[in-house]
This record gives sequence, structure tokens and C-alpha cells, in this order.
Amino acid sequence: MSTEIKVPVLPESVADATVVQWHKKPGDSIRRDENLVDLETDKVVLEVPSPVDGVIGKIVRESGETVTSGELLAIVEEGAPEAVKETDKDAAPEAEKETDKEAAPEAKKGADESAKEDVAVESARAPAADMAKLSPAARRIAEEEKADIAQVAGTGRGGRITKGDLIHHVRKTAPTGPRPEERVKMTRLRATISKRMKEAQNTAAILTSFNEVDLKAVMDLRVKYKEAFEKEHGVKLGLMSFFVRAVCAALRKYPIVNASLEGDEIVYHGYQDIGIAVSTERGLMVPILRNAEHMTLAEAELNIREFASRARDGSITLEDLQGGTFSITNGGTFGSLLSTPLLNPPQSAILGMHAIKDRAVVDQGEIVVRPMMYIALSYDHRIIDGKDAVLFLVAIKDALEDPARLLLNL
Amino acid sequence: MTEKFDVIVIGGGPGGYVAAIRAAQLGLHTACIDMYTGKDGKAALGGTCLNVGCIPSKALLDSSKHFHHLQHDYAAHGISVSDASIDINTMISRKDDVVSKLTGGVAQLFKANKVKQFHGRGRLLADRRVELTAHASDEKTILEATNIILAAGSVPIAIPNVEYDNKYIIDNEGALDLKEVPARLGVIGAGVIGLELGSVWQRLGSEVTLLEALPSFLPAADKDISKQAARLFQKQGLDIRLGTLVKSASIADGEVKVKLEDKNGESEISFDRLLVAVGRKPYTEGLLADDSGVKLNERGQIDVNENSQTNVPGVWAVGDCVRGPMLAHKASEEGIAVAELIAGKAAHIHFDTIPWVIYTDPEIAWVGKTEQQLIEEKADYRSGSFPFAATGRGLAMGDAAGMVKMLADELTDEVLGVHIIGPNASELIAECVVTMEFHGASEDLARIVHAHPTLSEAVHEAALHVDKRAIHRGN
Repeated sequence: MSTEIKVPVLPESVADATVVQWHKKPGDSIRRDENLVDLETDKVVLEVPSPVDGVIGKIVRESGETVTSGELLAIVEEGAPEAVKETDKDAAPEAEKETDKEAAPEAKKGADESAKEDVAVESARAPAADMAKLSPAARRIAEEEKADIAQVAGTGRGGRITKGDLIHHVRKTAPTGPRPEERVKMTRLRATISKRMKEAQNTAAILTSFNEVDLKAVMDLRVKYKEAFEKEHGVKLGLMSFFVRAVCAALRKYPIVNASLEGDEIVYHGYQDIGIAVSTERGLMVPILRNAEHMTLAEAELNIREFASRARDGSITLEDLQGGTFSITNGGTFGSLLSTPLLNPPQSAILGMHAIKDRAVVDQGEIVVRPMMYIALSYDHRIIDGKDAVLFLVAIKDALEDPARLLLNL
Repeated sequence: MTEKFDVIVIGGGPGGYVAAIRAAQLGLHTACIDMYTGKDGKAALGGTCLNVGCIPSKALLDSSKHFHHLQHDYAAHGISVSDASIDINTMISRKDDVVSKLTGGVAQLFKANKVKQFHGRGRLLADRRVELTAHASDEKTILEATNIILAAGSVPIAIPNVEYDNKYIIDNEGALDLKEVPARLGVIGAGVIGLELGSVWQRLGSEVTLLEALPSFLPAADKDISKQAARLFQKQGLDIRLGTLVKSASIADGEVKVKLEDKNGESEISFDRLLVAVGRKPYTEGLLADDSGVKLNERGQIDVNENSQTNVPGVWAVGDCVRGPMLAHKASEEGIAVAELIAGKAAHIHFDTIPWVIYTDPEIAWVGKTEQQLIEEKADYRSGSFPFAATGRGLAMGDAAGMVKMLADELTDEVLGVHIIGPNASELIAECVVTMEFHGASEDLARIVHAHPTLSEAVHEAALHVDKRAIHRGN
């Protein structure tokens, strides 16, 4: 009994297929499900397996011919197959079938995957001859490192790839150049900062909220009263003092931001000790402005200035650094636009100041250029809710954008 | 009527005759002028090498080695011989036979390749003309060529106050023709020639003393090799005196009296024969006419570039008369390269992969850099070695003194030098030269199968030892 082998139904949008390769010739025996022929379409390579055991009777469409769905390809005479010889010829197409099989579904996968498959297929077909031409040592390295020898420049005689060429090739993928390591023991200060930073992260539930401040009003004030201030108080009118005042005012409105969690008790501090982060060569230090709520702008500036110089020359004392109910850090001095400061335990919040940039903003329907600063409040969500954090920041923003509010305690 | 050629080669030694044959193979109309005359009064091609150098010395080295083995080594095999003797004349005749076979062979090759052979002296004139003075007639003729290759070779260096008389005070030529074994043979110079010729006569019964002016022995060889060599040769009975300067030698009462100076001061020693083997110098006497235009360098060598070209267009020079190791195979390779360049092909010589061989017993052979050179260059390298005494073949042969030493680049493992002292070193080195020509790694040699049991396994194990994973020795 003969079985007709027809071209399978081709996937939609595929008009026809080309017969690529017959794996059997007339007279060969074939088993059921063994691949008879490969058909190639625009998209995929299809295999046509035999539905029956038998012997190839006749091949109707030859390699290279174009066929359409349902066309007759071959006739298989049914019958028990002869002992199917696994000849090399069969084995080779088998191997090719494997890789083509990978190639076929791969056409449907994403681009990345297909690229990966391509490489796998490439090296599977990678001229075993080329690998064999390598010297024994070179071959060993190529195999161990799975090197793509097509990429290796050969410096041996006649351009041959030497062991050294492969060593260099393997190194090229690894970082080049000297990579020395120097071990320096942490200073005590650094070790302490390190410990405290981690503790802060591990205990508090730290989030950061952001806002932006239009510092025109503050800048104008500074310009206007710069000389007078300095003359009167013997210290420059900086930006920090404004921020300290704004922070203090906001902390009064939202006392939870000034509190700390001890065990299961929230401790509301009736005073405001504001830590001012100072960057020194030895590391970060946060000296405390005690009772900042009572300081005038000048006093704040004086204290900050003194702390800064004492921190830098290493004469800060431990008392200076202890305690604090809230901190301010200014990354803007280094150019930071936006950041998420880390809390200074046992404080529950910290304000981050950033670089002031002239930006185009909208004021009453008009686009204007204003000196803008992003401000960030990192806070402990265990005791401070988002609403408080946001409102706190808004209060700071409002106070700075309209300094009269500070005067009026609004 | 001047005869015109594409190529005239002056000198028919390993540089000249090879160049001539190659040029002829490439279709060039070639002539070769050689002045050497054999013992039979006829032309004898092959230069110093075939006539009074490489070949005859190897013939005598082998003859004397057989005799030495017979007397000293065969008993261990159970072979006993009494009254063993060697007839020097037979030995010398055999050597002469070998030489004439080979020089005749070169003449045949010339005929077969249609190289025109002239027996006489050649002198380079200006404008690519050569003045030929034929030995037979003493007639002078002018030959013209598009290209002229100077391959005049070298001659032994003489030292002050020691005059050759070719009877008592001899050079290599004389040492190859002694009529009897000298009771005491003095050799000035413990270099290759001195060691080889000294060995020949020492094996035949001479008391040989080598007088070397330098404080070190075989400085060109790797220090481990020269150290082992010195020990082995001393054990064989060669008296090697380093740091010993010969001030003068005079002949009186049938002996040679030599005045020496060493660290102990001056002394005198007598020999029956004195062989001067202090080195060779380029032979350019009568080679270049004043207006030839060819320049010599400060060492008296014909000045050439890396393509063996002299400063005169169309004039080339190869072999012992130019820079580089004075080795026959170097001359031959240069000769071939020049012939190919003349024929319009590309050709190069790699000086760093030229093997050196000393045909003492055990033989010494090396290619590439010595360890002391690598140290001086501050190169990063690894080294491995393997003694022949640990090879099955060496032990079975009963000839297992010596070792293979291999040096490889620390990072790329490229073989930088291989040094061998031991049986068949001259043959074993070839594999190493090939490896270096292909920029092979010691690991390549380690991963290539070497037949068992062979001496070449020592090369294999030395390569394994570079990576400290030798099987047949500790690592």
C-alpha cells in the first residue's frame, strides 16, 4: 500500500515553500515520524515526517522546487523497514536537523534570544576543522574558555593562533590593566559612621519626600541686607540660617517630626536641637545647634560658622555631636540636585538641601526664571506619616518663599 | 667577449653553492667561482665546511667515538675486546672518502642544475664585473652579472707570537690530517672547534689540554648546559684551563713550548702538537677591488642589511663573511634567501631560530635564548628540564648523560629557548626549532605525542616540567 506524502498546510501569510533537502532517496527505508524532507518558507523551515514505516517509492518534487500547501511530494511504499542503517549521511542531516530545528522556532522568539541561538548554532557548525588546526595548547584553551576563535587574531607563523593569542583574547574580556588593591583600615570615625548608618537603616522605616523651593525671596533679602547684616553681626548672612529658622517653625507645627521613638514610646522633645551636617576630610560630622528655636539668624550663622571651622580642624567635641532632634544636610555644596539623606538616629527626620539652579518656572501664568532648590525630607515612617512629612516640607517651602511668614509665625 | 650571467657566486661553500643551486633552480643563469683545491689537486666544492670543517670533523668524531666506546663502554654490554687498536691512516682516509663523496656530490648538483663552475679566484670589480683568475692557467678573465653574491667564507684567526707552521703548530685543517696521535695536544681556545677536535684526539689517546683566555666556559651556551658540559668533559679527561692566556709558542726539539699567563702568574707548558682554535674571521683578502665600492664593517665583515644586500646595488653577501653566527646552515639559508630575493620572491631569515650544535660527546645543541639572556632582558619566564638518565631509551642505550632544558614565556608560554646536552642533541633540537618557528608554546610540545622509548621523550618531559607536571621526574 502506498502513502502519499503531501506538503503540509503552510502557515497563513505563507504562499509557498521551497523544497530544501530530501533526507531519503527512492529505495531508502523510513520509519514513522522520521523526517523525510525539509521545506523552507519565508519564516520557518518545516520538517515533513513520514506518517508510516516503509520504503521511499518515488520522489515527486525535487530539491529546489517551489511547492504549495497540499502538493504531492513523494510516495512511500508501506512495509516493514529494513534494518535502518545509521549511516554517517543520515547522522549528518540529523545533526543539521537538530540545529535547524533550533533555528526554526527561534525565528519566532524575540530578537535577543534568536541572537543567542544564532551563536549556539554558529559554534555548533563552527568549522571543527578550524579548531583542529589550532596547536594543542591553543585548542585546549579555546575549548576550556569556549572562545570564539574567529575573533582571535593569530600572531603565529602564517597568522596561526598561538596559545599566547588565546591567553590575551581571554584576558581581553576580563578587565585589563593593573588592578591593584590597597587595604586601609577604617578610622574610628569612619567605623562609627558606618555602624550608625547601618543602624539607622535597620531600625527606622525610612522614606523620602520631595519638594522644591523658590529661593528668590531669600536671595533678595540677602542681597538687600548683606552689608548691613555683616556690619551689625560680624558674620555673613548665609542661606543656612534661613533654613534653620524655617525648619524650627515647621517643627513647631509638626512636632512629630521632632520626636524620636524609644522602645514603644514616642518622645516629643520640647526643644529643637538641629544638627548641621558638615563634611570634613575625616568624614561626615553633625554638630548640634542647641535650642535652635531661640536662635536669631545671626546666632545661627555664628554657631554654624564656628562648628564648621572646629569640625574641619578636628576640635569638635563629643558633646557637640551628641543628641539632636532633627538634622539638616546640604548636598548642594557639592552640586547634588536631588538625594535621599539617611536619618541620624535617634532622630526621626532629616532635611536635605540641594544645589540652587536657575530654572524656568511658572508664576501667575508667566514663565519666569527663579533660583530653585529641591528639598528632600527623609523620615521614619514608624512614627511620621506621609501626610505630616509632606505638610512639613510644604511649611518649609512656604516659609522660605515668603519669609514674612517667619516673622509673623505663620 | 665577457661572459654574462644573471648571478655570479664567489665562493662555493655552504653559502655559495646552495645559493648557486637555488638561483639555477629559479631559472637564473648562474656561475660559481670557488678557489678550493682538494688533496687530489682538483677543484673541491663545499668550502671550509665540506673540506676542512663540519664534515671531516664529524667523520673523525664518529671514528674516534667508536674507538672510545670500544675501549671503555662495550664491556658493560658484555663485549670484551683485547688489543683494540686504531689505524690513523685508515681513519683519515675514510674521512677523505666522505669528503670527496660530498664535494663530488656538489659538483654533480652543479652539473644537474647547469651552474657554471669556475675553479679559481674571484675578485669583485666595479659595475658588477668580476675578475676571474683561473687556477689552472692563471689567466684573468672578466665576467659580468646582474647580481653578484659574495660567499667567501672565513679563515682561522692567528694570535700574536704563535705562528702556524702546519706541522707542529696547526689549525683545524692540520688537526684533521695528523698522521699519528700526538701524545700531548695543546689546544688554544675552548670553543666549538677546540672542543671538537680536542675530543677527537683525546679519545684516540692524546693528553689534551685546552687553554681558554676567557674566564668562562662556553659563554654563549646556557649556563646550566655549560656547567654540565665542563664537568662531563673534565671527567672524560679533557684538561680545560680557563682564564689562561697564551703569550707565545715556539718550536724546539720536536716540541712546542708554550708560555702561559693565568691568575697564578706566568708558566710554561710543552706539547707535541699545538692546535690554534681561537676563532675565525671573515675572508675578504683579494676579494674586493679598491673600486668595487663594497663596504666592510669594523669587524672586517662585509656590511649587509637584513636582506643580505651590500651597499652596492646588485651585490649581496652571505655566510661567514657577514654578520651573524658562523654556521653552515645559516650561510645556506642566507644563500637561498638571496637567490629567492634576486628571483623576485619574498624571503626572510629568522636569526633567533638558528640552532647551534657542538659535536662533542655528549653533543650540545641549542636554539633561542639562554637563561642568562632572559635574566638580563628582565624577561618573565618559566623553565623546565629533564635528564636523559630518566629516559628509558637513554638507559637502554647506556648513553644517558645530560639533559634537556626548556625556557618559556611566563605569560604566553611561548618557547623562548631550548638547550640540550646529551646523546643525539643535534637531532633532537630540530623539533624545538620547528616549535619556535611556529611560535609554539611549551604546552604544545607537552601535548604532542612523542614515541616511546626515545630520547625525544626528554624534550616532551622538559616541556611538561615547565608547567611543573612532568610525569617521570619530581616537580
